[in-house]
Amino acid sequence: MKKALLTGFVIVSFIVYSLHQRSDGSAVVIKPSSTPAASQTAAAPSSNTSSSSTTSTVPAATAYKDGRYTGSAADAYYGFIQVLAVISGGKLTDVQFLQYPNDRSNSVAINSQAMPYLKQEALQAQGANVNIVSGATDSSQAFIQSLSSALDKAKS
Amino acid sequence: MKRTWLIMGMPINVVIEDEAADEAAFREVRDYFHYVDDQYSPYKPGSEVSKINAGLPKSKWTTEMKTVLKLCQQTKDQTGGYFDVFRCGRLDPSGLVKGWAINNAARLLKKRGLKNFYIEAGGDIQASGRNDQGRPWSVGIRNPFNRDEIVKVLNVTTEGVATSGTYIRGQHIYDPVNGHAEIKDVASLTVIGPNIYDADRFATAAFAMGQAGIRFIESLKGYEAYMITSDKLATLTGGFERYAETAA
Repeated sequence: MKKALLTGFVIVSFIVYSLHQRSDGSAVVIKPSSTPAASQTAAAPSSNTSSSSTTSTVPAATAYKDGRYTGSAADAYYGFIQVLAVISGGKLTDVQFLQYPNDRSNSVAINSQAMPYLKQEALQAQGANVNIVSGATDSSQAFIQSLSSALDKAKS
Repeated sequence: MKRTWLIMGMPINVVIEDEAADEAAFREVRDYFHYVDDQYSPYKPGSEVSKINAGLPKSKWTTEMKTVLKLCQQTKDQTGGYFDVFRCGRLDPSGLVKGWAINNAARLLKKRGLKNFYIEAGGDIQASGRNDQGRPWSVGIRNPFNRDEIVKVLNVTTEGVATSGTYIRGQHIYDPVNGHAEIKDVASLTVIGPNIYDADRFATAAFAMGQAGIRFIESLKGYEAYMITSDKLATLTGGFERYAETAA
């Protein structure tokens, strides 16, 4: 009975592993399993593709592949937003704007010193009962759209 | 009476509280925004801006276009070069035209004898007179980190209110060079000025200056600003609080 259970576990592990391998072709890391027998058996048939997998530190399930990925151009007010996502070490490390509506685009790096004469306060939610709302031209949706498509590319 | 349209790729709201408000007044404003869009959109091939970018000789530019470009040049000079409508050699005066158009539309309503109204286009506002309660118009500044939330309420009667910023800057972006240090950035900058034309052009330029922008606004007489940075702190110019709503 014990043997049958173990065999069953090995088979299930193998199927899960195979599916995983197929969906994410390279640099897959299986965390050390608690049952050495299972991981040994599972590792055997994949020797052709994953010889380097044990040295990689990229967590398999959520990792992006390193590289630079261009998102789709998404429509925002006053123009298009298109981003380039930079993945390094499996993480999103930079987002660059390839296209941006010119209305507010000319951002310039300026030294960020403290401003002693100006007052500061923490943001506090106010009652929403106002006549008019002032906010930035809404480009967030377009940004999310373009970044999502870039990250989709980083996954595949 | 309230009317809303989607023109120039953004929602435009007009509220008129005067009894004399009629459809003709709303139509005039709507038609004017359509005219501005047709003439100044860099995305419409038939607009004068697109024609200029396609090489239309200066001798054929309209007088109005020359005036707008003069205003752009003037704004560039007044902001130390932080306002520039020529990028990569192409003309795109959108950053000036929006506030200019709202201001002109407000003038059209005033010419009709209307006194109590506001025009809001894409978050930029020209107020006039009072609301239906006989009180100043209340303007909420939107939280750039949570667009359903208001973080400050202002009272205005004749002023223009413009917010520059982007929710992109509200995202958490980490410095790839210095490891995990989050880049502190300006998420939004709201400027109150004597009219929306001036408030908008100075908000646009000041936003481009980064955190130094609020000091630029502080240096201008008749303007106040509210800056929200990515650390979720707000910085206020000296006289800002006289517009802020006090608990009645």
